[in-house]
Amino acid sequence: MARAAWPLRLSKGLVFVACLYPVGRWLWLGTHGELSANPPEFLIRSSGIWALVALWLTLCATPLRRLLDWPGAIRYRRMLGLYAFFYTVLHVLAWGWWDRGGNWGAMWRDVWQRDFILIGTLAVLCLVPLAATSTQGWVRRLGRNWRRLHTLVYPAAVLSVLHFYLMRAGKNDFAEPHAYALALAALLGLRLWWRARSARRDGQSAR
Amino acid sequence: MRGRNDIRPSEITPEAVWQSRRQWLRQAAAGSLALGLPWGARAEEAGDPQGPALAGTRNPEFSVEDPPNSWRDITTYNNFYEFGTGKADPSENADGMRLEPWQVRIDGAVRRPLTLDLDDLLRLAPIEERVYRLRCVEAWSMVVPWMGYSLSHLLKRVEPTGDARYVVFTTDLQPEAMPGVRAGILDWPYTEGLRMDEAMHPLALLTFGVYGRRLPPQNGAPLRVVVPWKYGFKSAKSLVHIRLQAEEPVSSWMRAAPREYGFYANVNPAVPHPRWSQATERRIGTSLFAPLVPTQPFNGYGEQVAGLYQGMDLRRNF
Repeated sequence: MARAAWPLRLSKGLVFVACLYPVGRWLWLGTHGELSANPPEFLIRSSGIWALVALWLTLCATPLRRLLDWPGAIRYRRMLGLYAFFYTVLHVLAWGWWDRGGNWGAMWRDVWQRDFILIGTLAVLCLVPLAATSTQGWVRRLGRNWRRLHTLVYPAAVLSVLHFYLMRAGKNDFAEPHAYALALAALLGLRLWWRARSARRDGQSAR
Repeated sequence: MRGRNDIRPSEITPEAVWQSRRQWLRQAAAGSLALGLPWGARAEEAGDPQGPALAGTRNPEFSVEDPPNSWRDITTYNNFYEFGTGKADPSENADGMRLEPWQVRIDGAVRRPLTLDLDDLLRLAPIEERVYRLRCVEAWSMVVPWMGYSLSHLLKRVEPTGDARYVVFTTDLQPEAMPGVRAGILDWPYTEGLRMDEAMHPLALLTFGVYGRRLPPQNGAPLRVVVPWKYGFKSAKSLVHIRLQAEEPVSSWMRAAPREYGFYANVNPAVPHPRWSQATERRIGTSLFAPLVPTQPFNGYGEQVAGLYQGMDLRRNF
């Protein structure tokens, strides 16, 4: 396959660096003593938020392509999706290390003790095969099934925002989960609407 | 006449310069924190204790050996839902709280009901400094040098009757200064309670200060209780009313989530919160690589207080 043109490579490089912003921010805050009085809690929550942001950005690729009539949008989707997985992995590691003290037994028990941990675990399990099959080789090998498999991103997103809601339930403080749920509803709603419209068109043309 | 050598350093070093030196020291200290080193250096440089001084003598009998948390940790990481549910919300929002004049009403099953000004309360018994462990129900902990005296001094003053089996504490309600009360969450004002023998225990501290200063608003100014063997939410802040009564009270948290919060709320690693384990805790102010600390029964005060609960099933009376 021919190498991508340099403007695309440059813009992909810029997106790659931009997606590392959260890591840079943590390092800056850490070296300035600004990670709050409870840095482990701060990092656990912050990595979770950025995992959500990256996943939501991934889900923006398709709508942007259609709304802006910009086919190139799709070229950033894999990188964004892998960043969503990257921040998810950091989130899980932060939870396991700081919240559960690196103790496998404590992690396992937590999955069954706290609803929101179980839901979050399911979301992670949805994302793992997507990250694993993100290479060009796997796209070829799986063929049509690749698309089918990657619809797992939708349950992953829904479970993630549910995880956020349940995590906040103890404090009745739902402003942020509402914002993410609303954005997700828009992203998924657009897809459903397009699908319904094209189904109607197909129905009409068949007649 | 002043000689050449009498010039004080502060007359030579312009403020901007020493401020920037302090800033540099703070950053250097914070840098060591990022590398996983202990936070001691940071505690000394960033955020010295502020506010009106409050004198008191250390009571070693009631003080733990653990190093106290920094002023900054103690005053910026708070649960005080009247000012918001985020840990930094109280320190950011509590400035508008009205603290003067302040009166506390003590009544109910007593022979001498009293309404006391803050000054009366401060003079009622000698102020002591006591370094207590604080264990939050959310599985984090701190060590705090509180200033105050045993609540029993005040309770004896009002001469409890035979009906006084429980004590109810009520936190002030200032809706105009407390953005959190508009958000619901709990039935305001915040109330908490103790059994009479718990309240009379010498460890139960009527608290007016921290680190040799009067309590900042976010820590429960101008006075609160501190009950070190129970989860932090039992230690009601900014008290305006103390009532003695015969019936066990229903506290704000018991009403909001009866399955999750019982009347006793003694620190107990063996009884998990319905939604999480209480076996370990994160000690605030330790390095990012410090392990979780095992939680101790009664927060390590078992020797002094376990007798209060003899014969009780602590799983049922959680």
